[in-house]
Amino acid sequence: MSDDLERRLAGEAPAAGPLDLDRFRQAFVRRADEAGLVDVAYGQLESPLGTLTAFVTPAGLVRLSYPGEPIERQLEELASRVSPRILAAPERTDAARRQLDEYFAGRRQRFDVPVDWRLLHGFREAVLRATAAIPFGSVASYRSIAAAAGSPNAYRAAGNALGSNPIPIVVPCHRVLHSGGGLGGYTGGLDRKRYLLGLEGVLGA
Amino acid sequence: MPGGRGVPWGVQLPPFETLVDAHAHELHRFLVGLVGDADAEDCLQETYMAALRTYPTLRNGENLRAWLYTIAQRKATDLVRRRVRRPTRDLDGVDPAAPPAHELVDDGLWHTVAALPTKQRAAIVQRFVLDLAYAEIGERMGISEEAARQNVSAGLRKLRQQVDR
Repeated sequence: MSDDLERRLAGEAPAAGPLDLDRFRQAFVRRADEAGLVDVAYGQLESPLGTLTAFVTPAGLVRLSYPGEPIERQLEELASRVSPRILAAPERTDAARRQLDEYFAGRRQRFDVPVDWRLLHGFREAVLRATAAIPFGSVASYRSIAAAAGSPNAYRAAGNALGSNPIPIVVPCHRVLHSGGGLGGYTGGLDRKRYLLGLEGVLGA
Repeated sequence: MPGGRGVPWGVQLPPFETLVDAHAHELHRFLVGLVGDADAEDCLQETYMAALRTYPTLRNGENLRAWLYTIAQRKATDLVRRRVRRPTRDLDGVDPAAPPAHELVDDGLWHTVAALPTKQRAAIVQRFVLDLAYAEIGERMGISEEAARQNVSAGLRKLRQQVDR
């Protein structure tokens, strides 16, 4: 008797078509975005330096990462430092994607996508804001950047700040070199630094 | 990255994106059991929208799955209530002959399930539609294995009374 009822419950359960997760997610992200509930949107873009991931808040580009940095870890970090309302929403990164495409194609020298500086504070922020002012095709030394950030002797700390730049390329830390002419370091590896300086005509291609 | 402000809410919550990937399929099946195939996806949208809205204010990031199930259950209940109200509204101008768009496949049994108290209904759906063990049901509902078992048997008892009548 009871077995019969249980068999009927299982056998006559409402039929389910499978959920189309991609379509569901797209519709959901659109609604969430319209409701202003996506605090961090992210999307990927192809570049000559590999697949980059752009993270955008309503204030602007907050993070741009090279391949090799595990996406899960970046998402977790942004979840704790910005907001856990993070969704893949590639359309929201379109402006950054377009400008980076133009830059790599040699058609853009200045980025004017807004930058969200909230991951940076204090001296690190000062260093990277000074770096953002170095024009296309120019370079600066670690020492001069430290000075521009208010602490001429803190060039090592300036180097650390540049090495953990959350928004490489757009905040052009590749334009900072040793005063002796050495390349210094780079968050994405020296080959990428060389490529970017070549693209800007600073190093022979 | 050093120098950050730490976790402003004091709780480490995973990026919301992972909640969609991890639970959308099972929540969808759960909702199919509660409201039927036709409405399950809308209900799932409502569930995730409501979850996203309050997500950053959560005080506890531990059983997010149970939290999502609770919201889904609530959204399903809202929908079922709206359906019950619909016929009276239909009398005011809308074609009363039009069949309700959202109907469970009906031979009566699952309609009877739809009338069970929320927790019993949710437990029955998880047991017989999702084919879950009591421990798994308890985990999803944020209750003990024993409480899950009791909800299922109480639901079955009520169903039996209705069906045998």
